[in-house]
Amino acid sequence: MLEKMLFGDLTLQAIPYNNPIIMGAGAFMAVAVAVVIGALFYFKKWKWLWTEWLTSVDHKKIGVMYVILAFIMLLRGFSDAIMMRAQQAIAVGHSAGYLPPEHYNQIFTAHGVIMIFFMAMPLMFGLLNWVVPLQIGARDVAFPYLNSLSLWLTIVGAALVNISLVVGDFAATGWLAYPPLSELAYSPDVGVDYYIWALQISGVGSLLSGVNFFVTILKMRCPGMTLMRMPIFTWTALCTVILVILAFPVLTVTLGMLSLDRFFGMHFFTTDFGGNAMMYINMIWVWGHPEVYILILPAFGVFSEVVATFSRKKLFGYTTMVWATAVITILSFIVWLHHFFTMGAGPTVNAFFGIATMIIAVPTGVKIFNWLFTMYGGRVQFTTPMLWTIGFMTTFTIGGMTGVMMSVPAIDFQLHNSVFLVAHFHNVIIGGVVFGYLAGLIYWFPKIFGFKLNERLGRYAFWCWIVGFYLAFMPLYALGLMGMTRRLNHYDAATGWHPYLIVAAIGTAVVALGIGFQVLQLMVSLKDRNKNKVAGDAWGSGRTLEWSIPSPPPFYNFAFIPEVHHRDAFWDMKHNNSPEVKRYYQDIHMPRNTGTGFIIAIFAGAFGFAMTWHITWLIFAGLIGIVATAIARTFNTDVDYYVKASEVEQIESQYSHR
Amino acid sequence: MTTQALDHHDHHHDADSMDIFGFWIYIMSDCILFATIFAVYAVLYTNTYGGPGIKELTSLPYVLGETMALLASSFTYGMAMLSLYKNKKSQVMMWLMITFLFGATFVYMEVNEFIHMYLEDHSWQSSAALSAFFTLVGTHGAHVSMGLLWMAVMMIQLMKFGITPAMNRRLTYLGLFWAFLDIVWIFVYTVVYLMGTI
Amino acid sequence: MANHHDHHDHAAEKQYGTSPKTLKAYVAGLILCVILTLASFHIVEHRTLSNLELFVALAALAIVQFVVQVVCFLRLNASAEGRWNLMPFLFSIVVIAILVGGSLWIMYNLNYNMV
Repeated sequence: MLEKMLFGDLTLQAIPYNNPIIMGAGAFMAVAVAVVIGALFYFKKWKWLWTEWLTSVDHKKIGVMYVILAFIMLLRGFSDAIMMRAQQAIAVGHSAGYLPPEHYNQIFTAHGVIMIFFMAMPLMFGLLNWVVPLQIGARDVAFPYLNSLSLWLTIVGAALVNISLVVGDFAATGWLAYPPLSELAYSPDVGVDYYIWALQISGVGSLLSGVNFFVTILKMRCPGMTLMRMPIFTWTALCTVILVILAFPVLTVTLGMLSLDRFFGMHFFTTDFGGNAMMYINMIWVWGHPEVYILILPAFGVFSEVVATFSRKKLFGYTTMVWATAVITILSFIVWLHHFFTMGAGPTVNAFFGIATMIIAVPTGVKIFNWLFTMYGGRVQFTTPMLWTIGFMTTFTIGGMTGVMMSVPAIDFQLHNSVFLVAHFHNVIIGGVVFGYLAGLIYWFPKIFGFKLNERLGRYAFWCWIVGFYLAFMPLYALGLMGMTRRLNHYDAATGWHPYLIVAAIGTAVVALGIGFQVLQLMVSLKDRNKNKVAGDAWGSGRTLEWSIPSPPPFYNFAFIPEVHHRDAFWDMKHNNSPEVKRYYQDIHMPRNTGTGFIIAIFAGAFGFAMTWHITWLIFAGLIGIVATAIARTFNTDVDYYVKASEVEQIESQYSHR
Repeated sequence: MTTQALDHHDHHHDADSMDIFGFWIYIMSDCILFATIFAVYAVLYTNTYGGPGIKELTSLPYVLGETMALLASSFTYGMAMLSLYKNKKSQVMMWLMITFLFGATFVYMEVNEFIHMYLEDHSWQSSAALSAFFTLVGTHGAHVSMGLLWMAVMMIQLMKFGITPAMNRRLTYLGLFWAFLDIVWIFVYTVVYLMGTI
Repeated sequence: MANHHDHHDHAAEKQYGTSPKTLKAYVAGLILCVILTLASFHIVEHRTLSNLELFVALAALAIVQFVVQVVCFLRLNASAEGRWNLMPFLFSIVVIAILVGGSLWIMYNLNYNMV
């Protein structure tokens, strides 16, 4: 009785003692956490952690933490991929493989959820945080405290997913948790609830970030930087956050209604009492389609910057690039039904959305041509970011073409939910999003950390990734056309699919090697960091404002807010020899660090865990904690300070003495 | 190198306008939130699973009463803002209290309606239509309740800090929020209660 | 000091991009909204219109009251500063129309074919 009150439905049975794979993974996580905590004690870095990182409102540090989260979750999501490929490579005919269906279902669900929500999205916000304020000549984002809150809400969401590995189950419904399977009747365990709350909590974080960057880009540009003088990455960031602001509320409502069904016995999507599961699928894709454009647009922005910098030529067709991005943003709201052509809306509806989907390929084509024309006639340097870019151009084009194939409803009826679909979206997500963000990471790493990453290991990583990708996914296109459905845990030998799946597994191993090279690259680069220090203009051919300040930048970014007269503002400054203007150091207004974001997120996590396990007292404690902390903050009047001009002068003079 | 003192005053202006713009954008996202709930309501409101429709379960004069309470509160909040611009702290407090009372009346009436429906065995568990009803009307009511909590905190802060630029900014946010809620209510009473009789 | 504050606050309104809040605007808004609300309830109570006419009339009254509240209470305008607020607002309305309208069209077709 007391146990029920204290722990809700949580019991020791929730820990899957008899599953060696999970217990092994859990042990690994526990060891990793123990090592980190041990190191913090040993090096006495708890205060440092709190004052320099957990309470930081500096966009550069917040960006670093997002990237670290993304990288850790990449390892977790990729482990899921390895497990799936291994299972499919051996579970043919008489062999059942090593993963029973219930476990396999959780793995492909976790793989999708982690890769999209806790790898790609954090990586995107990480890059936005690193780059956007620097590119527009700002000292931080519009709302630094909300920025910190967004980060911690995302981390807490990821934490819930990781906790679900060892305490209870995760959802076994696929990454979008379609009802009726995700309803209480067919998923009575806690998995779907973990899923819902991890996404709801991190979704609030994403929405707040969206508002933050929207206001930052529109209102904090330095003098002279009109919209059409902004760097292209900032343009894509702007369009991305417009999509975030408009799409994420739909996800919140849809998942909210699913949780109302599960928690309060409502009937939005149940099979009885008048519920309509098809409405869930409609609404989740109203969010889901803009979501994939949210992921890809910043990657397009990265490519624009990288191509211009490493072709040492200005971007071809800036204006058409901006228009193409805007058109993609708008069109992304009228194509969502192509994710469920087969659900039965009929030929008229399918035709409209099919045609709209085909049209959306056009502006992307414009972009590809603009990148090629930028390279043409330039003096191209094949640095690692450039390699990722070229790899993207071929790979993404193939993925895009298969997408246009499936935009034809009649073809889609054959290919929907086959591994052809799986190959298509991995093609565009890996070839587009992942390649783009990796290019961006390598490109801007020197700016944030002050030293370059090892080029040779970066190249090895790239080649492993691209070869591995093709080995892993091209067979899936063939298999899809041969009739193999997605999410299969086992198949008959007579299908003839086995050899293809072996090739796919080998491809996964090659990608794993690539990731290994990236880990090695990080370690080697850290070791050699003093030998590879860079100047502000880290690559030598920077065109935009972020390269005009030291690497790493001082915490206030710009001692003097720049004044801009043309596009490619830094290139302009470098080559147009404007007369030296006598400038006087001023006091700089900076926000204070705060632990409020971190604390609110902890309460939110407690709330999510409590909702999952029906721990009533903790539900209320979590909610009250969130509200009380937020209100308490508003009573604090000491939230900012001024850096004295003399201190700024002192910091700046240290740079000229290097 | 001489140092120039920053004009803190101008800085506050620019920062305030940016903050309020940010809040406006958040309101836009909240509009999408409500629009989505409306869409679900529109799809599910006929799925009563054999039960009665909204028209049988609610009283229009009662809803008119709620509507007038909320509308009055929008007006009185405006009066509070006018007093704020005239720097009259006690007037601001008075108008905020009156607004709070109207808002609390609205919430009380709505909760009362919900309790009645629940006791008559027409709850959110009875059908998809009722799930949608309780969620749409309830989400709006929850927003109003949060607004009331916020208003109470504002009154406390007004007593503690007096009229400062920060209070001005926060009361502007709350004003946007409160007006937005009255606007959403126009569509709630029209779509749910009035069109429910068609 | 008081004058300084008045200047401060009116200048502040200009920078928020809305028209100045005046008693006149609020009173006009209140009166119009009361009339529009009573009208809506009235045409429902006294059933002289057909169902379709009633639906259209209610929708129209709601939209008009929406505009009245946006103009009189929110003080949204199309001035140079106000455009910053107006553009996201209009774009949100367009997106809402697409999402809600599109969903209704899709669900109508799905329910017709599949239920």
